[in-house]
Amino acid sequence: MSVRGILILLLTLWPAWGHTQGFAGLGTGQEGFALPVEGTALQFPEDHGAHPAFRIEWWYLTANLTDASGRDLGVQWTLFRSAIAPETRPGWQDPQLWLAHAAVTTPDTHHVAERMGRGGVGQAGVRAAPFAAWIDDWEMRGAPGQGLQDLTLKATGEDFAYALRLKADAPLVLQGRDGYSQKSPEGQASYYYSQPHYTVTGTLTLPDGDVTVTGTAWLDREWSSQPLSADQAGWDWISLHLDDGAKLMGFQLRDTGGGAYTSGTWIGADGTVAPFGDGALRMTPLDRAQVAGRDMPVGWRVELPERDLDLTLRAVNENAWMDTLFPYWEGPVRIGGSHSGRGYLEMTGYE
Amino acid sequence: MRRAVLQALLSHWRRHKLQGLSLFLGLAIATALWSGVQAINAQARASYDDAARVLGQNRLERLVPPPDAVISEQTYVVLRRGGWRVSPVLSGMWQGDVRVLGIDPSTLPMGSAPAQIGQGLPIQDFITPPGLGYAAPETIALLKDTPGLPPLTPVPDLAPGLVMVDIGIAQGLLGREGQISYLLVDPVQPLVQAPLGDLAPDLTRQAPDAGNDLARLTDSFHLNLTAFGFLSFAVGLFIVHGAIGLAFEQRRPLFRTLRALGVPLRDLITMLLAEIVLLTLVAAGAGMVLGYLIAAWLLPDVAATLSGLYGAAVSGELALRPQWWGAGFAMAFAGVALASGQSLWRLARLPVLAPAQPRAWLRASVRSLRWQGLVAILLALAGIGLAWRAEGLIAGFAMLAALLLAAALLLPVLLAALLALAERLGDRAMLRWFWADTRQQLPGLSLALMALLLALAANVGVTTMVSSFRQTFTGWLDQRLASELYVTAADEAQGAALRDWLAPRADAVLPIWDVTAQAAGRPVAVYGVADHATYRDHWPLLDATSDVWDRLAMGDALLVNEQLARRAGLSVGDPLSVAGLPAPLTIAGVYSDYGNPLGQVIVSVDTLVTHFPDVPKLRHGIRIAPDRADDLRRAMQDELGLSPDQITDQAAIKAFSLGVFEQTFAVTGALGVLTLGVAGFAILTAQLTLAAMRLPQLAPVWGVGVTRRHLAGLELLRAVLLTALTMIFALPVGLLLAWVLLKIVNVAAFGWELPMGLFPRDWLLLGGIALLAGGAAAAWPAWRLARLQPARLLGVFAHER
Repeated sequence: MSVRGILILLLTLWPAWGHTQGFAGLGTGQEGFALPVEGTALQFPEDHGAHPAFRIEWWYLTANLTDASGRDLGVQWTLFRSAIAPETRPGWQDPQLWLAHAAVTTPDTHHVAERMGRGGVGQAGVRAAPFAAWIDDWEMRGAPGQGLQDLTLKATGEDFAYALRLKADAPLVLQGRDGYSQKSPEGQASYYYSQPHYTVTGTLTLPDGDVTVTGTAWLDREWSSQPLSADQAGWDWISLHLDDGAKLMGFQLRDTGGGAYTSGTWIGADGTVAPFGDGALRMTPLDRAQVAGRDMPVGWRVELPERDLDLTLRAVNENAWMDTLFPYWEGPVRIGGSHSGRGYLEMTGYE
Repeated sequence: MRRAVLQALLSHWRRHKLQGLSLFLGLAIATALWSGVQAINAQARASYDDAARVLGQNRLERLVPPPDAVISEQTYVVLRRGGWRVSPVLSGMWQGDVRVLGIDPSTLPMGSAPAQIGQGLPIQDFITPPGLGYAAPETIALLKDTPGLPPLTPVPDLAPGLVMVDIGIAQGLLGREGQISYLLVDPVQPLVQAPLGDLAPDLTRQAPDAGNDLARLTDSFHLNLTAFGFLSFAVGLFIVHGAIGLAFEQRRPLFRTLRALGVPLRDLITMLLAEIVLLTLVAAGAGMVLGYLIAAWLLPDVAATLSGLYGAAVSGELALRPQWWGAGFAMAFAGVALASGQSLWRLARLPVLAPAQPRAWLRASVRSLRWQGLVAILLALAGIGLAWRAEGLIAGFAMLAALLLAAALLLPVLLAALLALAERLGDRAMLRWFWADTRQQLPGLSLALMALLLALAANVGVTTMVSSFRQTFTGWLDQRLASELYVTAADEAQGAALRDWLAPRADAVLPIWDVTAQAAGRPVAVYGVADHATYRDHWPLLDATSDVWDRLAMGDALLVNEQLARRAGLSVGDPLSVAGLPAPLTIAGVYSDYGNPLGQVIVSVDTLVTHFPDVPKLRHGIRIAPDRADDLRRAMQDELGLSPDQITDQAAIKAFSLGVFEQTFAVTGALGVLTLGVAGFAILTAQLTLAAMRLPQLAPVWGVGVTRRHLAGLELLRAVLLTALTMIFALPVGLLLAWVLLKIVNVAAFGWELPMGLFPRDWLLLGGIALLAGGAAAAWPAWRLARLQPARLLGVFAHER
């Protein structure tokens, strides 16, 4: 899921001034920033916290929920950290900057909110134990001594709010080689682990009232200092909860020449983790729709022959457009075809 | 054909160059003064708007701390964590005259900073020391090579004197670590948030400034300028009207000939219109350039005035705005249309074979004089009605306009009546001829005289106002600045040491301590005064109870300044609640407080310290025998280590205050002189054009034996006489103007009333200048008459006319 790194690199195109062109980006160098080293064992709970020596990091959660009437709903909660220098300093001079996105998707509506903040004054930050990640009143908080296994999650926007309780009964999944996730033949890599096994209960506050919900959720933790290649036009990323208990994370990076690099991880119903490399996964657009003036593939055929998988994904709400500083499509999908289930789809780079 | 007609029409100007010049100059000067004043006003307003737009002051709510307190960063974080989308701002003065504004780009509400900020620059440069500052280009020019400031980047939309930096950088520059001045409230707030009162009970939610405070405060100043500009424009139009009317009258034979040759009326009018449009374009264009120069010349004075009087920063650089050009030309065309409409209308109705005899130009019939008198009376009534009913600035100026116009229209009527009376009283033939001839010339001169009247009245009015103001102001300064020395401590410890040290050495140490509080729904400064003879003997009270100082000392009464009393409708005896004081206090007195646009309250110093224990106790007035003041000042510097700029003497403050005052009216004075100059020019052109047409009237008088020198002397005498009569008439009009300015306009604008003084010496001076101007304007035509070839006078008898 390091494709999202592109997004986070754009973070330093500083926003708030009322248009998308703000302070220019960091450039592509990584002077002074730490690089992932293969064979480094991840340490918990320390690694749940922030890694200021690395340039980019995120706590990325998506949840597929249903209400009492069986309506499909989706929730997103994301906290990005972006460092302009590999250190922390007290007060306003802290080079650690924070950005967060929250969304609630119903079949008819899509609510989005965005927050930004500075690290040094306490407005935003992450603490490893007891776990807490926050920006303003948005918060992902772990029960003491439970790591990431028992979380409360909340966020508010102009027209929505949610408060959820997340519990996982299975261990964390270390992606790649024990959490060292290689991203390209040239050797770009990140530290990457996930918790895909949450069950969720809670309440969504929507313009027409409170909704009690239950469902599943997926948390990704990743940090790195390296940007991806310059010739990548965008990506399509999926995280799927199949009804038989298996899970799939996969993505394709579309390059400007029309080709794609695919990768992902299969997590069996028994908890076995099997990463797969380029070419194993095939993603083909099925349905297209006009979203925010763009032609977006809101239905997909996803094939993973080595697992006898031939799925069709359809958006719960085709207009799940994240109208944020750097806009993209992110929303819940229903799964049909060889397996049934629900999941999340993210698409960027469609102009 | 058309070309030939146009050539014939334009040839007039070749033969009457002076007339062309007067038309050109009249229009150019009128346009110049008007557009110059408009340029100044536009520049000032743009500066106010920039100031108001800074950080969305005009549209964003704010959370503000209690008076004289600051917000801690902790409170900011508590609010953010409670769901409040607020953004911190730190504002402060750096090294006395640079306003440093610290912002947080990550939380600043959309669109509340100028768009250029943050463009193309790495965020780390902005937030990492030494940081990065944004400022208006002229501010950067001023601050060039000032050590201590971060590198500056130009942003034209920022208010002058302002440097915008990251809040962390601002805290460092201002030495105010961890402090926030106020919080901007984002218009977009989340659905769920904790109650504000629970998170930050000390903070108050403040509505955005609906109106622009600076714009409101400075309204009267700009209206003054506008009125002057308009007056100059009107005076200029008198010249234009005269010149155009004359050009039409003189070309009547030409029009008749052209029409007889078969030129259709429509073509003739079209071509005359084209001629006027052309002339207007050229003259107004020149006027606009001249206006720009005038504005550029006056603007530094205006900027200094506005900053001295109101603390309003106005950019000293003049920007050329397209609206300004458009408005200037529109005004010129409107003026010319007004001035030439009558002439064109007459031409349109001219019979083809009308007699070509040019009548004495614009000979006014008794009937038209009657009409003029009637209109004048109606206007005067309207003005009086406005004075009776209306309040506010616009009404005040509308009333002034009505009265001035009425006076101008009445002038020829009055002069005609006076001359008729004189004619009847005269017994010698020459004298009677002089009076009759003067009366006969009156219509031709009346426009110029009306212009002169307006200029003189305006000058009388403005000098009376300024002098009254000055007299009151200096008297008030003497009262108000009774202490010999004023000293400001650097901090509370030094303040306490200073008081202890001074107690045995000075006759009295008077605290000048104040806090900002709310009273009658507006922010006021609350001062505490000691019970001391200085106040009892000197404080300028407008209205008070007999025991005012005793009651104040006892702590059960307060004083308010005139501004607060007028705006809140308060008077002596009313109770007034001041936020922070436990109970309302009775107003025991109202004092004058010139030059201060804001409300002020005075309580006893004990009351102030009891209820506002945090009041900064830094400024003090020191009473001491004047001859010992210098020694004391030196001792304070030597023994207490005070720096020289902490101690100010009375004379220096007075000089500064008077300097601000003089600056304020320097602009008005300059415009007054310019207006008078325009009026003088109007007389000159009227005299010159009349001179050419008066030969038929003069020739018979010359024929019966009166010498040319004698005739020229009479011409000069007549001009001086008419000027003198106009001056005499202008005097009461000017005084009326001053009265309206002082009693109505000033009260509406500033909230204080001024006693009106009479300054006959100023009038004599002005009268002298006017006579000189009138005489000088008539001197040249008279000189030409004295040297006139007798053959030309003889020629009058030879010609048919």
